[in-house]
Amino acid sequence: MAQPATSTAAGTPTTPNNIDGFVADWSSDQRAFKNVPWGKAMMWIFLLSDTFIFSCFLISYMSVRKSTTVKWPPVSEVFSLSFGGTPIPLILIAIMTFILISSSGTMAMAVNFGYRKDRKKAAILMLVTAAFGATFVGMQAFEWTKLIVEEGVRPWGNPMGAAQFGSTFFMITGFHGFHVSVGVLFLIIIARKVWRGDYDTQRKGFFTSRKGSYESVEIMGLYWHFVDLVWVFIFAFFYLW
Amino acid sequence: MAQQEGQTAHEGQSHPIGVYLKIWALLFVLSTASYLVDYFHLESYLRWSLILIFMVLKAGLIIAVFMHMMWERLALMYAILVPPLLVIVFMAIMAIESGYVFGNRGVFFLVGP
Repeated sequence: MAQPATSTAAGTPTTPNNIDGFVADWSSDQRAFKNVPWGKAMMWIFLLSDTFIFSCFLISYMSVRKSTTVKWPPVSEVFSLSFGGTPIPLILIAIMTFILISSSGTMAMAVNFGYRKDRKKAAILMLVTAAFGATFVGMQAFEWTKLIVEEGVRPWGNPMGAAQFGSTFFMITGFHGFHVSVGVLFLIIIARKVWRGDYDTQRKGFFTSRKGSYESVEIMGLYWHFVDLVWVFIFAFFYLW
Repeated sequence: MAQQEGQTAHEGQSHPIGVYLKIWALLFVLSTASYLVDYFHLESYLRWSLILIFMVLKAGLIIAVFMHMMWERLALMYAILVPPLLVIVFMAIMAIESGYVFGNRGVFFLVGP
C-alpha cells in the first residue's frame, strides 16, 4: 500500500505574510496553507461549516423570538436556582460558562505541553479537559430535567409564555451538548494516544493506519475551543438577551 | 515579533504558558462581567450593547490566542474569518423578515381573518 503523505508542514514559506503573499498563496499552482498541516486546515474548514450550522440555529431563534406575539418567558428567572435561600438568577448557566472556559484553558496548555513532548502533562491536562466537559454535559442534563419535569417545558409549548422558547432551547443547547459529548470522547482517545507515546514511537492509528504527530493535539484543541466559542454566543443570545 | 515566531517554529505553535493563563483570567473577568449585566437587571440598549461587547471580546480572545489564529498566516486567517461575515447579511435579512411577520400577525389578531 502506498505510504500516505505525512502531515508535517512544508517548512518555512517563501511568500511574504502580507496582502501580496495572501494573493500569491491563493494563486494557481500554489499550496494555499503553507505552514499549516492538512489536518489542521481541514479542521478549520469543518469548524467554518459548523459555524454556519450554529448561525442558522441562532438566526432562526432570532426570527421566531422577534415574530411571536406571545410574551417570551423570563429567561433569567426560568434558569434561576436556589441553594436553600432566595433564588439566584442564571447561576447554573454562569457556573457552566466558567467550567467550559476552564476546560478551554486546560486544553490550550495541553496543546503547549504536547509540542514540548511532555507526554504526561499533556495527557493529564487533556483528561482534566474531558472531565470539565463531562461535568458540563452533566449540568446540562440536570438543567434539561429541571425544565422538563418541574417547569413543564416542551418543544411545542410551556406554561410561561411563547411556545418557541422550548423548541429553540432544546434544539440549540441539545446540538451544543452533543458537540461537547463528542469532544469528550475525542479527547479521551487522543489523550490515550499521547499517554502511550504513539506520536513519539510513530505508531499507526487503529482506524486510519497513519502515523500521527503532536499536531493532532492542536487539532483536537481547535475543536474543543470551538465548542467553547459556540457557548459564548449561546450564552449571550439565548440566556442573557 | 510574535508573527515571525509562529512562522519559524518548526514544532508547530509554541508560546509561553503564561500567555494562556493571562487569557484564561481575562475570560473569567469578561464572563463575570456579562453575568453581572443580568444580575443587576440592566435594560434595553445598555444591556444589549454590553452583552455584545463582552461576547465579541471573549470570542476574539478565544479565536486569536487559544486557537492561535493571530500567529497564523493571512491565507488561513482570511479563508476562515471572512466567510462568517456573510452571516451578518443573513441575520439582517431575517430580522427584516421577522419584523414583517410580526406586523402581519398583529394585523391578523387585530382585524381577524
